[in-house]
Amino acid sequence: MLWNTILLALREIRRNLMRSFLTMLGIVIGVGAVITLVTIGGGATAQVTSEIAGLGSNLLIVTQGKRMGPGQRSTAPPFKRRDALAIAREVGSVASVAPVASGSVMAVFGNSNWSTSVTGTENSYFKVRNLKLSSGRLFTDSELRSGAAVCILGETVRNKLFGRRNVVDGKIRLGKVSCQIVGLLEPKGQSAMGRDQDDVVVIPLRTYQRRIAGNQDISLLLVSAREDASTERVQRDIRQLMRERRHLSPSEDDNFDVRDMKEIAKTLTGTTKVLTALLGAVAAVSLLVGGIGIMNIMLVSVTERTREIGIRLAVGALERDVLLQFLVEAAVLSSLGGLIGIALALAASVRLADVLDVPFVLNAGIVVVSFLFSAAIGVIFGYFPARKAARLDPIDALRHE
Amino acid sequence: MKLVDSPSEVNPSDHPLIVFEGIRRVYGEGPGAVEALRGIDVVIHEGDFLAVMGPSGSGKSTFLNILGCLDTPSAGSYRFQGVEVGQLSSNQRALLRRHYQGFVFQGFNLLKRTSALENVELPLIYRGVPAEERRARALQALETVGLKGWESHTPGELSGGQEQRVAIARGIVTGPAMLLADEPTGNLDTARSREIMELLVSLNRDQGITIVMITHEQDMAAYAKRVIRFVDGLVESDARNGERT
Repeated sequence: MLWNTILLALREIRRNLMRSFLTMLGIVIGVGAVITLVTIGGGATAQVTSEIAGLGSNLLIVTQGKRMGPGQRSTAPPFKRRDALAIAREVGSVASVAPVASGSVMAVFGNSNWSTSVTGTENSYFKVRNLKLSSGRLFTDSELRSGAAVCILGETVRNKLFGRRNVVDGKIRLGKVSCQIVGLLEPKGQSAMGRDQDDVVVIPLRTYQRRIAGNQDISLLLVSAREDASTERVQRDIRQLMRERRHLSPSEDDNFDVRDMKEIAKTLTGTTKVLTALLGAVAAVSLLVGGIGIMNIMLVSVTERTREIGIRLAVGALERDVLLQFLVEAAVLSSLGGLIGIALALAASVRLADVLDVPFVLNAGIVVVSFLFSAAIGVIFGYFPARKAARLDPIDALRHE
Repeated sequence: MKLVDSPSEVNPSDHPLIVFEGIRRVYGEGPGAVEALRGIDVVIHEGDFLAVMGPSGSGKSTFLNILGCLDTPSAGSYRFQGVEVGQLSSNQRALLRRHYQGFVFQGFNLLKRTSALENVELPLIYRGVPAEERRARALQALETVGLKGWESHTPGELSGGQEQRVAIARGIVTGPAMLLADEPTGNLDTARSREIMELLVSLNRDQGITIVMITHEQDMAAYAKRVIRFVDGLVESDARNGERT
């Protein structure tokens, strides 16, 4: 009986193909939007998460100045290299500390030039940030000590200046300094904030301080805690140490900031998830509107087919049969819409993930849920018109023109 | 109250097929109310062939609709095989229609854009007859009304006479105890009308189907065994056709 009713519903849908399609459109768009947004959102979240993991585990960032609010910082004395040494020496559970000073510089090779960021640091930086070399070598101790003109290039800088050529042992000019290229970083792609992490040149800290910045300042310290250590504890100890080193009285606020990368990661993934949920909710509203569209058309259909309903009732259909017929029709319409929506969403997600450069992470749950939801919408919004049809008086329905 | 499943469960000799006692039907309320039937007493036995005549507005369509459980009387008693129809729910009345009655409407009332075969299959679908048997029985019914070879045509592709035959096939496909026909020849020319009447006569004679038919043509009424005349919502005359009994 149910199978017959489904066949009947399909025939009815085919009979009014254009109208059926327009009726479904709301559901198609609703389901499509929900799945696409959730899939892309999921991809973005996954990307942020893997990004953060790629930054290195148990990473703490010490910056100068205190955050005063969005984008504002109080001015404060910069760090020096000895601050990094002090942390490495005095704070327990620290695996390594990398002092970082950075600025922007024009990199020149032959006729090509490229404005990039230059990072002055030490070999511990590569460990802390989980960076690997695809070719060449790290800095030697003597290069670090003497501030030799050597550099390690990021993939983007290599591409812009040299193309695909091998660059190790080549020469490049950074501002006024001619540098020998000793290594090439493995590409890392975009960061969670959309910055190109490969658009960088790394040189020894001393080289940066002497030849590019002209001062001894360090803008931030990257500290990695040991795997088994509590980052909260390390964070507290660093804060304590830095307060002492900066001679801050108990009444004074910190003029530096120690942040745990994990917290930043949590905030970031949290934000992405909230955004995804929000967009998904907006899309879900369009599903609801699609449902109302179905109800509307089904009501029109009941009026149009009053005579048919009368005939069915007269030849022995029960109220239940007519109710079922219209209910199934609405459910089949919305489920079909749901299926089309899913197909479109999958195509759109794959395409969008490619364009936006986020991984395609299919959430099977949301596909199933939105399909069931679309079918449920058909039943819920189809019920009222179906009941209206079933309650028709056969004799009135037959007389209806 | 549950209806019996097949006519055989009630011994037909115990009860007449249909008993109308003081059936009244009033449309509307108050001073504007119209009394379509003003107290009808009719008894119909199984195997009868009744022609209902009368001027328009005399209540004959209302009579047929009440017979077919499509309409309910305002007062009086209607017993179908001894069952008091007035006490049935609308669902039970639908079941009664489904299992005992075939209806041939004035103006055919076929489903548009639906093949003759599917139209005839319709009552069987609601009886839960399996697809194969349904098809076989529908083809059989179409053959009975002389429409073999026209199964896949839609009403739009059929002539009026053919449409009427499809409607009759739909009425008899379930093997009903009773066939109700509202002016089955109303839209047809004389030759076609004769064919339809011959068909009804043979259904009545060969399959024992009780037939109640509304007509306003004396010629057509002559095919029936019994003629009832309605005037102003009352039975004016009720007589057997001498030549056919």
